[in-house]
Amino acid sequence: MLYTNLHHVMTASEHQKLIAENENVMICCGRMGPMCIPVYGIMEDLESEYTHVKFADMEFDNPEAYVIRDVPEVRGFMGIPFTMYYKKGKLVKATSSIQSVSQVKSILDKEFVPVMAD
Amino acid sequence: MTDSTHYDAIVIGGGPAGLTAGIYLSRARLSTLIVTDGVAGGQMILTHEIANYPGVESISGYQLSNIMKKQAKSFGCVIKGNTTVESLNLEGDVKELKLSDGKTYTADSVILTPGGRSRTLGVEGETKFKGRGISYCATCDGDFFTGKEIVVVGGGNSALEEAVSLTKYASKVTIVHQFDHFQAFEYAVEEAKANSKISFIMESSLEKFNGSDKLESVDIKNLKTGETQNFITDGVFIFIGYVPNTEFLFGKVNMNNWNEIIVDSDMATNIPGVYAAGDSVVKRYRQVTTAVGDATVAALAASNYIHHLKINEFHEH
Repeated sequence: MLYTNLHHVMTASEHQKLIAENENVMICCGRMGPMCIPVYGIMEDLESEYTHVKFADMEFDNPEAYVIRDVPEVRGFMGIPFTMYYKKGKLVKATSSIQSVSQVKSILDKEFVPVMAD
Repeated sequence: MTDSTHYDAIVIGGGPAGLTAGIYLSRARLSTLIVTDGVAGGQMILTHEIANYPGVESISGYQLSNIMKKQAKSFGCVIKGNTTVESLNLEGDVKELKLSDGKTYTADSVILTPGGRSRTLGVEGETKFKGRGISYCATCDGDFFTGKEIVVVGGGNSALEEAVSLTKYASKVTIVHQFDHFQAFEYAVEEAKANSKISFIMESSLEKFNGSDKLESVDIKNLKTGETQNFITDGVFIFIGYVPNTEFLFGKVNMNNWNEIIVDSDMATNIPGVYAAGDSVVKRYRQVTTAVGDATVAALAASNYIHHLKINEFHEH
């Protein structure tokens, strides 16, 4: 169990549903460790600013997290958390290990450009 | 508590020192803003278990920081996370800060609690291979290196203890250290030397990380002979100590040779109205409890300073 204030993804089917039903999704897959907690904290802080993005976490050691651990895009990753960015159900970016707020924001701003109303 | 950009006090840093200052100041009915460039809680949130915080038998750093944050907010303290200080003027009665949100904030008093961070090597390839062979956390990433040959950089307690713990996973661990002796306690050195999976490259420094998609080798320079060897490895763990987050204070407050803030017994810096506490000040022991203690003194001293400042303003008008 991850003790964060983020939405927790518990199963592979829940993961599939989340990325299918939301256009922009960021999922941080990790443990309650030094490299992961700062990323969860960044996500919690950004939730109110990036309302067009759905933020969630998934426990790295959950067997169901194969949906993140086993995708080709994370081959070569050797540091948690694995942070995944999905647009319209497709993985558009993945990072390994701790990230700073500016690194996270730059990916969110690039991959999840909000659609402006006329 | 307030939408104004003027606060009685601004605390820079949101670790245990910063949150404690926030609790004391806001409970004293002083409008208080805490600005932190990361997540509130600082390095404390990275501690798996805190078992020596008086009154609490055992708690994770994450939980303790959440309680402190909640406590500070309950007294009206405003916390701005993931926000950096772009510019800072600490001189005079009104201190001025420009933050990365583009706004300028002023305060009667400032408490500096920026804390510290893990030191990085700062050599070519370090950023590229972070998470792709380079790690700063053995407990987090050790299992990715099961059966592999790895390097540990450093010569302190953390480096040697983590090297030993990594032998649970790695087939071979090579410790690279720049001196001919270790800074670690003798027990840690003995334990590492007694481990058959650990070997040592002394008086050497890691100069470069090499690879394509993931780390494949490192360049290690012998500091005595000047010769550089290409060393094949699957991973590198770096444990070379901490540095204070005080770069933004260069030329603003007095610091020692290690960029730690110099304070007096009231945690006052050389600038009137500016106090400091926590891991970034000159001191020998860096603990959550010492940070909390420092910050209590700093907040009480700042409250007293603000009180006198307001009385003087009242008499002048």
